[in-house]
Amino acid sequence: MRAIGIIAAAWAASVAVAGGAEPVPAPGAPARGDVVLCMSLEPPVLDPTAGAAQAIREVTYANIFEGLVGLDRHGRIVPRLAEGWDVAADGTVFTFHLRDGAIFHDGTPVTADDVRFSFERAVAPDSKNAQKWIFAPIAAIDTPDARTVKITLKQPSANFLYGLAWGDAVIVGRATAATNATKPIGTGPYRLDSWTRGDRLTLVATGAWWGGPTRIAKATFRFVNDPQAQVAGIKAGDCDVLTNLAAPEAADSLAADPKLAVVVGRTEGETIVAMNNARKPLDDVRVRRALAMGIDRDAVNLAVESGTGTPIGSHFSPNHPAYIDLTAINAHDPDKARALLDEAGVKGLKLTLKVPPPAYARRSAEIVAAQLAEIGVEVAILPVEFPQWLEQVFRGKDYDLTIISHTEPLDIGIYARPDYYFNYVNPGFQELMATIETTPDEAARDRLYISAQKMLAQDAVNIFLFILPKITVTRGGLTGMWTDWPLPANPLAELAWP
Amino acid sequence: MRDLILGRLVQLVATLLGAATVVFVVTEVLPGDPAAMILGVSATPETLAALHRDLGLDRPVVWRFLGWLGDLARGELGESTTYRVAVASLIGERLGVTLALAVAAIGLSTAIGLPVGLAAAARAGGAFDTGVMVVVEIGLAVPAFWIGILLVLGFSVTLGWLPAGGFPGWGGGLGPAAAALVLPVVALALPQAAILARVTRGAALEVLSSDFVRAARAKGLDRGAVMRRHVARNALVPVVTILGLQFSSLVAGAILIENVFNLPGLGRLLFQAISGHDLVVVRALVTLFAGLVVVVNSVVDVAYGVIDPRLGRGAA
Repeated sequence: MRAIGIIAAAWAASVAVAGGAEPVPAPGAPARGDVVLCMSLEPPVLDPTAGAAQAIREVTYANIFEGLVGLDRHGRIVPRLAEGWDVAADGTVFTFHLRDGAIFHDGTPVTADDVRFSFERAVAPDSKNAQKWIFAPIAAIDTPDARTVKITLKQPSANFLYGLAWGDAVIVGRATAATNATKPIGTGPYRLDSWTRGDRLTLVATGAWWGGPTRIAKATFRFVNDPQAQVAGIKAGDCDVLTNLAAPEAADSLAADPKLAVVVGRTEGETIVAMNNARKPLDDVRVRRALAMGIDRDAVNLAVESGTGTPIGSHFSPNHPAYIDLTAINAHDPDKARALLDEAGVKGLKLTLKVPPPAYARRSAEIVAAQLAEIGVEVAILPVEFPQWLEQVFRGKDYDLTIISHTEPLDIGIYARPDYYFNYVNPGFQELMATIETTPDEAARDRLYISAQKMLAQDAVNIFLFILPKITVTRGGLTGMWTDWPLPANPLAELAWP
Repeated sequence: MRDLILGRLVQLVATLLGAATVVFVVTEVLPGDPAAMILGVSATPETLAALHRDLGLDRPVVWRFLGWLGDLARGELGESTTYRVAVASLIGERLGVTLALAVAAIGLSTAIGLPVGLAAAARAGGAFDTGVMVVVEIGLAVPAFWIGILLVLGFSVTLGWLPAGGFPGWGGGLGPAAAALVLPVVALALPQAAILARVTRGAALEVLSSDFVRAARAKGLDRGAVMRRHVARNALVPVVTILGLQFSSLVAGAILIENVFNLPGLGRLLFQAISGHDLVVVRALVTLFAGLVVVVNSVVDVAYGVIDPRLGRGAA
């Protein structure tokens, strides 16, 4: 298996990077063993198989819970509880070889039966797993011995292994699965120590992790929602890390502080002005192109994210190797936009823009409305709370325009779902996605992904704005934080103090 | 007195029932699905249905309402849909912060408002009185959360004397916990102190112009003794009314202040529950707040009787 070799090398490289960045501690001054990470939102529960909240992943991923495989900081698939795997030539059978010495926090060893239990639980009719699609391709799970899991798929699935790297596919114990929400028992290097709801929770190293000892023995996650409080917290030393600064406008002033280090990276969050493709006149591609040309995405990025976002021209993350820059398609051109609207016979267009609470959405809405006014489109901004957004926009499809960030990795497939809230129905695109799913060769798949990106840009399905930034702020020379988020995670085992 | 307390108990039960009904209906018609909030945008209809069964949302609305009333009557507040723990334990964890905040704020506002109001009344029209009234007008106009932001800027960010927010918990000792509460308490107390000073001044002025005060002065008592022994006590009735009302506005103010200072109290819990569509917690908290206000108002009624025995006899 050549693939495993590359993956294992990547794993070793990422460990080496973390290790190499560690300066020699001063003699007589042992490095600190604790760290305080401040993040915006509190995880409602600590079971990644029981809710979609990003905060659950931020705390638990690779810390409390692990899957058979995981993603590293560059988004590459790396071994976790499986030390290796074989794939049958036709791509329908995956055989995973479990690592020796992996145990749950309650001391029981991780066996093939736990893997089968975890996946069968995820697909069961009463499953509350938020990403059930990951397990949908599975036809059968066999456990020839305690350390081997053989998974047979209904058909080849290109993204099956990728899905298994998500937090939703972590391995849980039969006896403890039901109580993981509040008493998480995982296999990772850290276990839950205490949780003061609404304020903070503390993880401590188990000391029994298969990966060996960790330099950080105790980590406290504090929940600081207010952007100004985050800035004050890191300046005052109440926080050692801001996992993702909520006030991008403060990034420059924080970077000027010699005690702090600021790195602007990327999440997987494609921020878009979604358009209801079924509603007149937005069903006319000329009108959608006109609206896209009415938007100066650099100006939006500057005003909303202080320029820390990455402008995008299609629904694809620049973190992916198949990404191409398509911002030139339907680029900002108000004159052409007005001409296109004339050509489509649209005059005095009035649209509503339903905006959920996140700051990026509320801020973007003001600028998008102002820019569309320039091309003669009157936009009425309608702020909605998130439950209402889910109900009215996402499920009810009752909207003209909305602004939202699609934060899940590699989610271009949503455009192939005719019942999705964009109401984009393109059989050509659906076929393309089906082909990608059954194409085992990565290079061939990447070429297809490029065609898919172009198709969405040319169809101007939505107005693609920018990728949400991840702005990591650290204090006192702490190293090892992920500076991009291929998925939201703060693996503590990679951290080190100078 | 026994009839008074019995009447108050009946009122408490009626208010709780009313509040419970209103909050149930309001949260029921609110658009949004708690299961969709938990499972996000990728969840299948099957998964949503499974969670609905789990949360009991698949039962008819009338059954859910009756079941909820039954739980309330037995003191059961249910389980939070976001945190998956008993609401009672969530409230227990956070009650300490909000109570400490409210009690300290009432104490501080009384400690400032009462003496300042009396002193202003004693020299009505003088320079001190005019100064106090100007400050009071400003205090009335400025909302507590804005004072909170200013205090953080001054004492945390610039001077670095006190934490900007957050709460270390009572486990870490009284000192750090108290330090975390200083700024929020001051922010909550100042506008209330302004209201209290103004009401106390008005009430004291009215008492000062009454015959018995003139009689007291005429028999040779000095001004300080008159203020202490005759004016203060007689001015207390309207002041206690205001204190009772202030408790309710402190609960409302705590929602904002706890968010500004990132304090894990009941106000912040309510705010999070509303934005997370955790209907079980919203219902429990609103009912609890309604109950608290009724209890405090009853205490105020009883206090009237203690301050002014004539009112106590009238009620009995």
